[in-house]
Amino acid sequence: MTVNAPLLSVRGVKTCYGNITALHGIDLDVHDGEIVTLIGANGAGKSTLMMTIFGNPRAREGRIVYQGRDITQLQTHEIARLNIAQAPEGRRIFSRMTVMENLQMGAQIAEPGHFQEDLERIFTLFPRLKERIGQRGGTLSGGEQQMLSIARALMSRPRLLLLDEPSLGLAPLIARQIFDIIADLNRRTKLTVLLVEQNAFHALRLAHRGYVMVNGRITLSGTGKELLDRPEIRAAYLEGGRQEATAEAR
Amino acid sequence: MTAPSPASEPRTDVARALKHAAIAGLVSFGMLLPLIGFRTIQDMRNELVLETRPLLLASFVLLTIAGSLLVSLVLVPWKQRRAAAHIPGESVRRAHWRAHVAKWLVPFALGFVVLYPVIVLLGTGFGGAVKWIDNFGIQILIYVMLGWGLNIVVGLAGLLDLGYVAFYAVGAYSYALLAKEFGLSFWILLPLAGTLSAFWGILLGFPVLRLRGDYLAIVTLAFGEIIRLILINWVDFTGGYAGVSGIPRPTFFGIPFNANDDGFAAVFGLEFTPLYRTIFLYYVILGLALLTAFVTVRLRRLPVGRAWEALREDEIACRSLGLNTTNTKLTAFAMGAMFGGFAGSFFAARQGFISPESFTFMESAIILAIVVLGGMGSMIGVAIAAVAMIGGTEIMRELEFLKLIFGQDFEPTQYRMLLFGLAMVLIMIWKPRGLISTREPSAFLKERKTVAATFVEEGRG
Repeated sequence: MTVNAPLLSVRGVKTCYGNITALHGIDLDVHDGEIVTLIGANGAGKSTLMMTIFGNPRAREGRIVYQGRDITQLQTHEIARLNIAQAPEGRRIFSRMTVMENLQMGAQIAEPGHFQEDLERIFTLFPRLKERIGQRGGTLSGGEQQMLSIARALMSRPRLLLLDEPSLGLAPLIARQIFDIIADLNRRTKLTVLLVEQNAFHALRLAHRGYVMVNGRITLSGTGKELLDRPEIRAAYLEGGRQEATAEAR
Repeated sequence: MTAPSPASEPRTDVARALKHAAIAGLVSFGMLLPLIGFRTIQDMRNELVLETRPLLLASFVLLTIAGSLLVSLVLVPWKQRRAAAHIPGESVRRAHWRAHVAKWLVPFALGFVVLYPVIVLLGTGFGGAVKWIDNFGIQILIYVMLGWGLNIVVGLAGLLDLGYVAFYAVGAYSYALLAKEFGLSFWILLPLAGTLSAFWGILLGFPVLRLRGDYLAIVTLAFGEIIRLILINWVDFTGGYAGVSGIPRPTFFGIPFNANDDGFAAVFGLEFTPLYRTIFLYYVILGLALLTAFVTVRLRRLPVGRAWEALREDEIACRSLGLNTTNTKLTAFAMGAMFGGFAGSFFAARQGFISPESFTFMESAIILAIVVLGGMGSMIGVAIAAVAMIGGTEIMRELEFLKLIFGQDFEPTQYRMLLFGLAMVLIMIWKPRGLISTREPSAFLKERKTVAATFVEEGRG
């Protein structure tokens, strides 16, 4: 493994649902310590790519390499044990279990000795969760549930965090809070993040690099700033985001 | 709080209530006409004749109408009044009250079940005690234990199992056949029967790993039937329909319960009565049931128990957190099956005779009903449901006075399934998530707190 080899590298990955091909050969790299974002319209295959990296559904062609190891054929739980964590789309928290139990589930594969320390770390990141610790997951607000979903993923001390639409269904202010926390985590703990987002403006501003996906193909890639400045990106994904940004500036 | 103005006082609409009652009466008439209105009996010449029972039918229809009127004229207005007079802080107060009850319920219930044989003896004397300890005590405890065993699979892991009786059967036949063939004692065979059942649980688990919900239910149902059909058809091994009889009864540390000189009564210098065995069996099943409860409570606090509950909530999330869902499901099946096997071998030892008749789908359905009605995952709820369901059907045998109302031909026990159904409908109306629907968290940051019911309760699902 050379020094510059990416942490996660996706090469020519093709994924199908039955006869329908959702991903037509995706190439994507995530380097250590980066935030990489994947933007695209509904149905472009962003979430499918996330799920494929996690082995469900499995890639029909191509290779997914993590830390120099081919993980294409591994099962989901085996992949999770390689220090890749995922906050899946739709949060998928355990709604009848308390916040505490959700966090315990997140620490399932972590060293038991780290639990208290990790819990404290989570509480400093998300003070709201400490207030809600004995409450059931299902009774939390949307933003709190998203925080819990991320916190649960962080409990396993991941090196790479896959985040699928963390801003989904959240008020802009809460979404920004979440993005700030992600940026902060990346800066302070060198956590590598692969972020799937609809909210392209925020995501590209946050990310070091970005990929644009259309109909199961990567059509553009570059640094976050490059992509933000491209007129076609602005036309397709950013008009809403710009308006939102100006609204916030006022 | 201001007094409610007359306008907001809920009106009871008598005409509407009457219409509802009439419809309910019509529906029950249509439904009960073939079920209760007619009966075929054999007359003197051995011919089948149709007997009509208009009075019985009428009384049932009238009962329905009265019930409907009661609901719409008394219950509904009462509930509305209560809802209108909503006091702030009420839910907190009720949560505290509930926590208070919950705190005392378990020790009280435990004390009661431990002292139950003594209470019965004091109440009825030696003559009537066997019936009360056996029919009520032991019978109910078997179902409590089965309910708790199935609760692991259905309530905690969320795997709908309609063939649980198969493991009960495996346990019963394991004990019966091994005890008869090899003369091994109950206490050696009990863990063995449990192990065999757990093995069958894993065997069932493998093919159904990928199934959930309805599909899983169908396959487990089929599994239960397969086991029963094998028991019926493998005559050389199981005795077929005739079953296995003369199963050795458990002994008190090697001392048999019989009238011989080396029997329990003689050794302890007591007068012989079959009651000692019954009391002994009562404490054995009580111990087994408490073991089930103890293990479940402990497991819930361990990662494996938490994983079961998480699996019930969201399988995909579990996998992405690094949980091996295959192992988790198999342990749930094995655990549940093992306790079913324990209960089965106890059943065989208590009856002394078993046949496939005892392991029909109806048993699975009753056990599942107990778990669902009790509130999935709630140990106390399941125990209450078992007491109500099994105790209720046993009490039906005692209601001889109903013959005075419905005539001498009335056989109360024939209506026990009807009552079973009625109880289920009522619980599903008032407690759609089971008697005890709030889940007790298994982990706490520092100490337990009573959280207001408004925080804990979830929308009806």
